[in-house]
Amino acid sequence: MKVSKLTYLLVIALALTFASTGCRKRPTGITDIKGSTTRIGEPGPTGIPTGRTFSPDPGISSQPGLGGGAQSGKYDPANCTQNREALAAHTVHFEFDSAVVKSSEKANVEAAAAYLKANPNVGLLVEGNCDERGTEEYNRSLGERRALAARELIVASGVEADRVVTVSFGKDKPEESGHDEAAWAKNRRDVFVVLIPK
Amino acid sequence: MKNRIPFKPFFATLGLFVFVSAVVADEEILINKDYVPGKEKPVPVSLSGFTGEAEAVIRLDLTVQGFAFTTPETAQYLLSGSANENLTGRAQDRFNKNMLVNKSYTGASLRRQAHAFVDDFLAAIGRKGVGQTKIAFRAGEGANSEISIADFDGFGAQAITSEKNIVAAPAWVTGHFALCYGSYRANHPDVYHHDLSTGRLTPVARYPGSNISPAPSPDGSKVAMILSKSGAVDLYVADLPDGSNLRQLTKSKEDESSPCWSPDGQWICFAGKINERRALWKVPAAGGAPVRIPTSGVSNPSEPDWSPDGKWIVFTSQMGGFEICVVPAAGGTATPLVSGEDPSWAPNSRTVVYVQRDRNGGRRLSLLDVPTKQTKDVSRLSGINSQPSWAK
Repeated sequence: MKVSKLTYLLVIALALTFASTGCRKRPTGITDIKGSTTRIGEPGPTGIPTGRTFSPDPGISSQPGLGGGAQSGKYDPANCTQNREALAAHTVHFEFDSAVVKSSEKANVEAAAAYLKANPNVGLLVEGNCDERGTEEYNRSLGERRALAARELIVASGVEADRVVTVSFGKDKPEESGHDEAAWAKNRRDVFVVLIPK
Repeated sequence: MKNRIPFKPFFATLGLFVFVSAVVADEEILINKDYVPGKEKPVPVSLSGFTGEAEAVIRLDLTVQGFAFTTPETAQYLLSGSANENLTGRAQDRFNKNMLVNKSYTGASLRRQAHAFVDDFLAAIGRKGVGQTKIAFRAGEGANSEISIADFDGFGAQAITSEKNIVAAPAWVTGHFALCYGSYRANHPDVYHHDLSTGRLTPVARYPGSNISPAPSPDGSKVAMILSKSGAVDLYVADLPDGSNLRQLTKSKEDESSPCWSPDGQWICFAGKINERRALWKVPAAGGAPVRIPTSGVSNPSEPDWSPDGKWIVFTSQMGGFEICVVPAAGGTATPLVSGEDPSWAPNSRTVVYVQRDRNGGRRLSLLDVPTKQTKDVSRLSGINSQPSWAK
């Protein structure tokens, strides 16, 4: 009776050992001929263990006032209904690697300014875009400068500065998917989106 | 494309032949001296006994860290072993006959054992191996992009976002299992800190305008980034992970882009146009006047990355196409190395991961050994991949 109980305990102990080692993704060790020991683990970038769970979707949305600054309240694009049609005919196009609004494009900027003056309860989102030729983050910076260039002109014409917000899409939102000058010329642009506060 | 595949083995064989005849060790090559970018000869090694996946891992690790393969009679180091269920590896110096590594490995996977063997070999000759390091990168493009992480050779790639939106510019927070990156999840480009251990996502910068291009400091306590909250695109620095203590470092109407840090944390380097001059600049992280970093011989520098040993800055130059170039960190004559863009240093300060672009707008990651100019595609990854960051 005592022997069988001992055997029973041994079996459980063995089973537990297998359970704890068998399921482990991590290594069990290393046999070193020279006698030093090195574990081949799952080291991370700088010896930090990886393989730890991380959430593919952290599920935190952007909540105003949660640190790191907040977008400009009333005309935060996230808090507004967007009307992309109203000023669709007035997209501003740019020269290669330039954030200067050409004189031939100024009428489009003036049309956006006039719309804002005629509709005092809306805001304007200026989306700056680039062609695919530059590098990614350079283009994101260039797209923002294009959006800011139009914003400057609109504000200079007398529209309240806080009604005009900017965003850069770099080369991530092309109008045309081609890889030639015709497509690139269409993609170097500011798009005007009317923001209607919810 | 498909009908060209049968020619590949022919070229591969030809390439091997040229390689073998060029790589012969008549005398010992000193490998710990400072290197001249693009001018160093690969160190000849011989491989025997390894097979399959383990052999492929060993070959890639050695190629992108400055070695080339030859016969045992002409090699400087003799690497031998076996890779069945587990890996056994030996490395011997052919000149002084010293046995540098003599180990058998167990645990993890054959891949990891092979990486560890090459790392052990490199450690034995006084170098830091990158075999067990990770990269982060942008997978996909436009509104269908995610941030992914993988072993540096692309193995085990895993998306760490599921935004189905624009995400961009991942950068490892040094010494932490965390990334900073840009995301349009709230309808505008904002900077986030993502702790991969807990999954916690913390907004770092969500100011009006665009919040882009985060670069964590070498001690992981701060982040440099590009914001337009003032009405112009400028360089800022703030504390991690919550973006507090924001300070503006540049004030110009022109562009600044792609900041990076000197390894001592004293300087932030960026690409920009100041006084009509497009150049690399550095500004004291505590604030001060920008100092130009000359890059003689090349034009339109962008996307700088400062080597962990402090000696070099690798960057993209645009002269017709894009070229990966290096320049001494203090500035000087730049050396163009290969076609490509957006380079990021490995912790060994000699290997770089960068982006190659094809004619149809596709982008893929490649590895470059700066001293020898040897390159290898990160061929395990499929689709469009860009903006690599090598964990340090």
